[in-house]
Formats: sequence, C-alpha cells, structure tokens
Amino acid sequence: MNSVALTEMHNDMADLNCTIAGVSSPNPFWLASAPPTDKQYNVERAFEAGWGGAVWKTLGEDGPPVVNVCSRYGSVDYNGTRMMGLNNIELITDRPLQVNLDEITAVKKAWPDRALVVSLMVPCTEQAWRDILKRVEQTGCDGVELNFGCPHGMSERGMGSAVGQVPEYIQDVTGWCKTHTDLPVFVKLTPNIADIRYPARAAKAGGADAVSLINTINSIVAIDLDTFAPQPSVGGKGTHGGYCGPAVKPIALSMVSEIARDPETAGLPISGIGGISTWRDAAEFIALGCGSLQVCTAVMHYGFKIIDDLVDGLSQWMDDKGFANLEDFRSGAVPNVTDWQYLDLNYKTVAAIDPGKCIECGLCHITCEDASHQAIAHARDAHGKRIYTVIDEECVGCNLCHLVCPVPGCITMREVDSGLPHLNWTQHPNNPLRET
Amino acid sequence: MSDIRAGRLSDAQLAENFAALQPPMDAAQAAVEAARCLFCFDAPCTEACPTGIDIPGFIRKIATGNLRGAAVTILRENIMGGTCANVCPVEELCEQVCVRNAAEDKPVEIGRLQHFATDHLFRSGAQPFTRAGDSGRHVAVAGAGPAGLACAHALALLGHRVTVFEARAKAGGLNEYGIAAYKMLDERAAREVEFILGVGGIEIETGVSLGRDVSLDALREVYDAVFLGLGHNAVNALGLEGEDLAGVHNAVDFIERIRQEDPATLPIGRRVVVIGGGNTAIDVAVQTKKLGAEYVTLVYRRGAEDMGATEHEQEVAQTSGVLIKHWAQPVRILAAGEEAGGVEFEYTRYDEGGRLAGTGETFELPADQVFKAVGQHFAPSPFQESEAPEMDGSRIRVDEERRTSLEGVWAGGDCVPGNDLTVVAVQDGKLAARSIDRYLRR
Repeated sequence: MNSVALTEMHNDMADLNCTIAGVSSPNPFWLASAPPTDKQYNVERAFEAGWGGAVWKTLGEDGPPVVNVCSRYGSVDYNGTRMMGLNNIELITDRPLQVNLDEITAVKKAWPDRALVVSLMVPCTEQAWRDILKRVEQTGCDGVELNFGCPHGMSERGMGSAVGQVPEYIQDVTGWCKTHTDLPVFVKLTPNIADIRYPARAAKAGGADAVSLINTINSIVAIDLDTFAPQPSVGGKGTHGGYCGPAVKPIALSMVSEIARDPETAGLPISGIGGISTWRDAAEFIALGCGSLQVCTAVMHYGFKIIDDLVDGLSQWMDDKGFANLEDFRSGAVPNVTDWQYLDLNYKTVAAIDPGKCIECGLCHITCEDASHQAIAHARDAHGKRIYTVIDEECVGCNLCHLVCPVPGCITMREVDSGLPHLNWTQHPNNPLRET
Repeated sequence: MSDIRAGRLSDAQLAENFAALQPPMDAAQAAVEAARCLFCFDAPCTEACPTGIDIPGFIRKIATGNLRGAAVTILRENIMGGTCANVCPVEELCEQVCVRNAAEDKPVEIGRLQHFATDHLFRSGAQPFTRAGDSGRHVAVAGAGPAGLACAHALALLGHRVTVFEARAKAGGLNEYGIAAYKMLDERAAREVEFILGVGGIEIETGVSLGRDVSLDALREVYDAVFLGLGHNAVNALGLEGEDLAGVHNAVDFIERIRQEDPATLPIGRRVVVIGGGNTAIDVAVQTKKLGAEYVTLVYRRGAEDMGATEHEQEVAQTSGVLIKHWAQPVRILAAGEEAGGVEFEYTRYDEGGRLAGTGETFELPADQVFKAVGQHFAPSPFQESEAPEMDGSRIRVDEERRTSLEGVWAGGDCVPGNDLTVVAVQDGKLAARSIDRYLRR
C-alpha cells in the first residue's frame, strides 16, 4: 500500500531509480549496515516506509556469535541539539548466522524491488570468505559488502579496519570474493588511513564492483568529568569507537571526491556514506559521484520516517533544477574539485554588509577583529545604532564574517574584478618551483 | 452594607493563585534558551541593563554548564540579581533590545536565565565573595532596601565596616514589603538579605529610623561616610471627599500585608476598585483578584500607552481577570454609612491644548474596597534638626557618583532622581560604594 502510494506520488516527478554495480533500487536511499538493519522486523518496516534498499548488518563466521557490551553509544551534542556526532562500540551481528540468512531470504522474497546487500566480515582466509559467500548466495540477496571498515573491537581480531588499513589485504580479500561469487562486491572503506586513494585503488585492483565509504572514524566522544570514564562507558572503562553522524559528513565528502577524481579509480561506483541526514546531503554526495547513499545515524536519531523527506526533497529539488534522473547531475561537482595549487590567486571577493538587515550583534566585527584582518569597523550613529562597515582595502575575502552572521543574506561576498588574469600557484612569481 | 471578608478562597486555591506565574526553567530548558544567545559584541542587552551585567557572558556560562560562574558574573554587577531576575521590567530593558527580536520577534529569555543561574547558587548555599582586608573605616547606611544593601555589600567587599540602620522590623525594603507576593516566593527577599550579609562586615540595626531615632548630623559625626537609601517614605493622596472612609486603603499598605501576613486571613471585598496606572496599581489589582475579589476594576485617567505599568504587567492584570478602565478620573469616594460604597468617576480626554480634562460626564462604580495607587514620594522629614542635603524637586540631588551636596554623604535609590526600579537602586548603591571607597582612601 505504502509503496503504491509512493509510486503514484512520484509519477510526475523526477525519476529516482538508482542502479549501482548492477544493483537496482527505486530510490538511492539505503539503510547502512548497522543496528537498524540487523533483523527482518526492522528492514521490512523500513521498506514499508519507503527505503530503497538496505545493507544487512554485518554477518560473521558460523559458530558462537559475538558478544556485545553495555553501553554501546556515545553522543556529541551541540548547542542543545542531540547527536551532532554519534559513536559506537557495538560489534557485528550478535545473532546466529542461520537466523540472519533465513530472514534475509524472506525479506528479499517479499521485497524483490528493493536493494538488499549483505555486509560480511570473516577472518582473512580464503576458506572463510568462500564459505560465507556460498551461504549468503542462497538468500537471493543482490550483493555483498565487505566490511573492511569498523575501527573498534573486530579490528583487534584482525578484521574490519585492520584489513582496510592495508591495501594488499583489501586487494587479496576482494580478489577471493570475486573468485567465489558472481554477486556484485562492494568494498567498504575505513577513513582511518592517511590517503583514501590507496585502499580504493586496491579494491579496484581486486576487482571490486563498487566501494562504500566512509565507515566510522576512531573516536572517544567524551570523558565523564565526574568519573573520568571515557564515553560510552562500560563499567567505568571505555575504548575508542566509530564516529559517525552529521559531524563526519565533510570528511566523507572529501574522501568521496578523492576517489571520484583519482584517474586510477575514476568511474568506480561509490556508495556514499557519512552523516547523510537530509536530501541536501544526499544531493551533494551524488554531485561528487556517488550512486546509492547509505544512511544510519539520522535513522538512529529519528526513525525510518525521515525517508519521506529524503525522497520528496530530492525529487522537488531535481524538478526545480530540471534534472529528470540521478544521472543528470551525478558527478556534476567532480570537475570543480581540484588541488589548491590550481586555484586562481587573482580571484577576489570583498564582504558587503546590508545595513537594512543588520541586527547589530557585532559578531562580524569581533571575529574579524580578533581572528582575521581587522577589516570591519565598529561605530555608533547619532541615535546610538551600531554601524558595522567593511573596510574594503583590508578585507581579504576570507568569508568568516559571512559565516558567523546569524542573518541570512545580511553579509554577502561580492566578487571584485581584480583586472588580473587567472594565475595559480604553479605560475606564481613567488613560487620558486613555478612552471616557466 | 459592604461585603468584605477573609477566606473567600480555599487554601488550595490560594496556593495555586499565588504560585509563580511562570515556573522556573529546568536545566534542559535553560540549555536550549542559552543556546539562542548570539554572544553579541558590544551587546545591547548589557548596555540596557542599569547595572551593566555581562549578559552574553553569563548566558554562555549557563550554556557550558558553569552555573556558579554564571551566577557570580551576574552578582558581581548586581548583588540583587536574584530579585531583579523576577522583578525587572526586562521587556523594557535587556530583553527589549535583544538582537533576537529583530530576527524572530522573540528575545532570549534573559530574566528567566538569570533566575535559573542565581537560584542555582543560592540553593547551593555557597558564598562566592570574600572581603578585602579591613580598611579600619566604618560607614553608616540609612535604609536596608536595595540601594542601601547594595552599597553596604560593595563597601564590605572593599574592606570597610558597615552599619545599616533600618526603620522597619526586617531588612530588604521593597523587596521584602513592596513587591507582589507571587513574584517573590519562598522568602526570596529574606534569603537574599542573608546571602548579602553572609559576606561579613555588615551589621543591621532594625527599628532605627533616621530623623526619629538617630540624626543625620550624628551619623556624619560618628561614621567615616554616610549613604542614604531612604526610598519613598510617603504615599500620595487623592485629595478627594470620602478618602477617609473605612474600606479605602493605600495600595502599598495592602501589598505589604499580603507579603507579611497569611493571605487567608486578609479581609477582601467582593467588589474592588483600584485607582492608578502604575505597577503598584497592577500589583494590588492582580492580588485582590487572587485573594478572591469577584469584580476588580482598575481605573486610570489616561490611555493604556500612558500607564506607568509595563505592557507585560497590564497583560498580567487582564489575564488575571482585572478589568482595566482607561480615561476616567475619580471625583469622590461614595459613602455607604461609615464605609466606602463606591467611587464616582468623570470621563477624561485631552483638550485642544493637549491637557487632560474631564468631560463633565460621570459614572459610579460600586466598591466594597478602594485602593489608592497614585504614587509615592520622598518627604525630607528624616533631615529634621540636621543639616539637610540639597534637593532636586522632591528628591535628594546627587551627582554621577551619587554624592549629595553634603561632605561625606551619598544617596541612591528611590530617594534620588531616576527610574524607581530595584535594578537602578542597586546600581546607585554600587556606584556610591565605589565613590565612598575612593573618598575614604584619598
């Protein structure tokens, strides 16, 4: 019923159908491998709510399941808003393998149009991967995602990010998987590494059909100042956990862009992950080349219902922009990401304050004064009104005042024609290594 | 026969009526509200505060969970910051100029945040201030109201000894006797006095009235300096026929009784008429309604915008069920035997010259009780048989340091020119103390 309604609603709207590495879904929004996807009960309700796909919470080897601790999550709140960042020290599924496999089979049978990918993490032997793949294939799932990302717990046992931090292991394991299954293979990458391009290249070399990133970031969210216990605390002790949520989105966007514009991995499908909470976030990831998008923290904060605006908002925006389908704007921002050395050093902007919109908070002045270039003057007029004025000659166009101003549209960054041609660092006279 | 009696309402109803209008914020609400503060540079709120509290500074401390630090930031500038959080007309001071008004028509709730922070400190029982070493100087303060206590506290911090002479039985001045009961719950005024005295070096002698029990000349002779925080000491009269009838009261006296006595024992009329347009008129009107008066009519001779009471106070009255009648002035109190039975009013308007004038048309309002709230003033009676300071109209003339014309005598609060607000009185006391300190160390 719900899915029919969704289809009808979007008849006149942009086509959100998504295909990545041969896996199709009615929209690009998948639940990431995480607590919301660890059982049939949840995944089916998510599909009823309208989610396009799900990556089932990571399965491990057959045998005694892992054991989890209490508590498991820690939050970074900001200015009264909960969970700007979330971290966790939960492990892979703690349910028996066969229970998960049976439920995956049932879900896929009931929801054939949704993407159902199964996340996997087993020890680094070919035998272990071959065994699990054979059993997972029986479920009818659409693909597998190799969890080389989780930075806590399993990494101490030589799995998760312990693999993802060694490109050779990534290539080997990916290669084994491609050998032993015909299912599309997604390789989930850890951001806990100096240069994301190396693991991505290794995944590609191993034959990966797509990469998924980012997994969570090593983190301790807080120290309890009464007990000195790291958070989340397990009886007063803590350990680093995986950080995610809105706070990590910029890191994810950067890593996605690195892979998207690396000539060695260009064109490798990317399933984007990292703080995606709104359709705007989603559009940005797609603009940087992502195929499907994986969401977790926003659902852990608000529940499955957020899918409504994710789908609706993205469609409305695409309609406004005249994009008929996701391909119309996919990778649209990739050509605009470049190295610093190629930026135009003669491009100039200057801040402009609209006195009609100014509410006299003075933040532009004090931040410029204390933290930038002393380019905003402060004065009072005859009525005592506070007047803030940009000193054009001192303004370096840094953006700071524009960023701190609480009033939308009050401070704008005005382009100024410097009268000078495009000149980047590789050409600049101050650069002793400039191109001649 | 007039209908005046106590116990119109049950104890439970009275308790509900005299509870706080707005409950205090809890920690979560305070955190959300504090996050709304933009931490302005050259903050308009601080400028609008007569005591110059670093408002963005204390709100940021609330936001970070540094509640004791927030309270100290407040009290450092305004030792009665606890009372002022409740009684300041914030909608005409700090909150009126909050930049959030421009963006969303809703200021940061500075008053409630201030209440939250100061309450936290008071509940903890901590005394965050310590006195400087003893200066060997001794200052007399006449009047233990906001101005006198603020001056005494600041002097004590600076190392001076202070003796405060208070005519009444309790210290606190209007905080104790004059503010509506529902604004000062849980002995808040008394606790604040206790907190102020907790710093040490201040003695209070109650029951000692300047001019009656001790003279200004004597104080000047015995002490190194004198501060006069005498407040208003006289109530304006209507000057009308029938003013002496039983059932006609000064509003301030009745407000005091509500603070000092058990409300259940206060005789209250079925029909009440209040004459006046200031916050005192509002306070008595609202509280007679809370005590069970059935019909309370507040009559003011001009329009709503001319009222001394703030818009917020007028709203409180109206939502409490008080009928506010504008543009009418009292002609006489009507007698019913020996008692007041009503008030005759004449409609008013501005004449061609822009002066208030009666229209000649009158009406009568029946009343069992009539409350006069047409202002208070300072009468210079305390200076009998002493050299008196120069006056400015009916108030004591002071300079910007709150020095009077008399050597070694300072004054502040409602007995000097300026707005009659607790917060202004505190600032007077604080400035005078700094000036006295300079004088004593010259």
